[in-house]
Amino acid sequence: MTDILSSAARVARRRAALQWVAVHSVAVVAALFFLLPFVFVFLTSVMTDRQALTSDFWPQHWEWGNYAKAWETPGFLTWWRNTLVYAGAGTALTVVSSVPVAYALARFRFRGRNLALMAVISMMMLPPQVTVIPMYLFWAKQLHLTGTLWPLIIPMAFGDAFTIFLLRQFLLTIPKEYVEAARIDGCGDVRTLLRVILPMAKPAVAAVALFQFFYCWNDYFGPQIYSSENPGAWTLSYGLESFKSAHHTNWNLTMAATLLVMAPVIVLFFFAQKAFIEGVTLTGVKG
Amino acid sequence: MALALGSRKAAATAPTALPVPPALRRKRRREAARTLAFLSPWLIGFGVFFAYPLLSTVYFSFMKYDGFRPPVFTGLRNWTYVFTDYPFFWEGLRNTLWLVVVMVTLRVVFGLGIGLLVTKIRSGLGFFRTAFYLPYLAPPVAATIAFAFLLNPGTGPVDHYLGKLGLPQPGWFNDPNWSKPALTMLAVWGIGDLMVIFMAALLDVPTEQYEAAELDGAGPWQRFRYVTFPNISPIVMFAVVTGVIQTMQYYTQAIVAGQVASGIIGGSGEQFEPGYPNGSTWTLPQMVYNLGFQRFDTGSACVVALILFAISMAFTSLLLRRKSGFMSVED
Repeated sequence: MTDILSSAARVARRRAALQWVAVHSVAVVAALFFLLPFVFVFLTSVMTDRQALTSDFWPQHWEWGNYAKAWETPGFLTWWRNTLVYAGAGTALTVVSSVPVAYALARFRFRGRNLALMAVISMMMLPPQVTVIPMYLFWAKQLHLTGTLWPLIIPMAFGDAFTIFLLRQFLLTIPKEYVEAARIDGCGDVRTLLRVILPMAKPAVAAVALFQFFYCWNDYFGPQIYSSENPGAWTLSYGLESFKSAHHTNWNLTMAATLLVMAPVIVLFFFAQKAFIEGVTLTGVKG
Repeated sequence: MALALGSRKAAATAPTALPVPPALRRKRRREAARTLAFLSPWLIGFGVFFAYPLLSTVYFSFMKYDGFRPPVFTGLRNWTYVFTDYPFFWEGLRNTLWLVVVMVTLRVVFGLGIGLLVTKIRSGLGFFRTAFYLPYLAPPVAATIAFAFLLNPGTGPVDHYLGKLGLPQPGWFNDPNWSKPALTMLAVWGIGDLMVIFMAALLDVPTEQYEAAELDGAGPWQRFRYVTFPNISPIVMFAVVTGVIQTMQYYTQAIVAGQVASGIIGGSGEQFEPGYPNGSTWTLPQMVYNLGFQRFDTGSACVVALILFAISMAFTSLLLRRKSGFMSVED
């Protein structure tokens, strides 16, 4: 009797061990697929000009100076500054303008609320190319602001559909009782939002702020359309491409510049991993 | 707008039915003003950055306008031009269809696979999860340039190792038959967003259902088929529909890959036209750029923009459907 049991347990244990090996082997192969591109890019970024033209894997001399060279390329610092201004100001304006809208859509009862929400979702799914022609004419011919960062930053002060939708999804999960308790304590709507709701919504606000920062950092179409005519207003995404064509055979410098553009995003991710993952999960939650 | 009209109408019709005490009416008016105030940033944004440009796009789609001379009404000429004479329209539509079928399918299948894998990992979970997620964060321009290097014939390591293994070494971004597969590989590499969504959905499947299935003698495949899949199918559908919408808008990676591989950076009016190599990477959004900013044919650019709008809205309405809509707005 005990023999049968222990042999069954042994079979189960062996099967679990086999599964462990199988799962982790697949995981290692998958990790190679996801990480090797970074490794290749990094190793090439520290090769000499001559070696970067070969298909070598490992650098002969570690040319750390490539990073200094990439950094000192004319314009690179300007692109960095412009990207930080765009992403920083854009994120701050988006969050400030989207929070009250999301709160109204989540908590106020009014006619046309579902319609407004559907309009938000439609705007969220709208490619920027649909409205770009009139918008370009507006910024170029009426306001004469193309070639600056303003056409990228100003629209952020009027709410972003994705941010509004995500915040609204989160605010719905906060029990109504908190709002009622605040009202009984004599809080107005603005005070309730700022003092009661926002502190509870901190993780969601952090997540949407991160998303917006990344959106601005990665944006290519906006800078291509509105600011590309003036090199002094280029951002990293747009400038990186011209960097490639200026150094077209120097893959080592291009890879160094590429990593310098990726680095802030990756560093930011490690600091804010939790908020980020929570935010992505929120996008898939049923409304 | 609708909400302001709505509440005013409510206030106007109510007295005929039942006399509303002035205090209540004042309260209602105050609530409407409060709602308007909270919504105002978005209402302005909706008008200035959505409604106005959309109407203006419709207007320009019937005009001949090069951005300099005043617009002239041309009837349907821009529309017939795009459908019959613009050489890239049907090609771009075919590319988009290819990308929608292959790219979306592979992304969802691999995203689900990686999500399942992560739920089974017992050791080093943090490392693996981060490794799988990291490429999603790479800025698209940087990631595309990195892939252009990896796949570059002659110097690219992937090309090199394919040769060492005796496998074919296609020209990837320089070969019209391989440019879309190369872009697909890039898209599958950045699968972290889907992995996280699927992971969350998989962890929500009730464990009792697995135990019950196991007692009934269900194997791993049957457990997936009859327990896992029915539970996560709404999320799979969500991933498919949003994937289709994103792929309809595919722009940055395609245009950057074409420019980097061809070695020509296109500004306005310069020689590079998207689609390199040989039209294989044309997509609808690039046509708006090409027509509007390189060929100065504002009217035809607006026609393509409206087609893009119609397709996007058709798929968005799937998300908004009342019963099975994933973003159903009903409470």
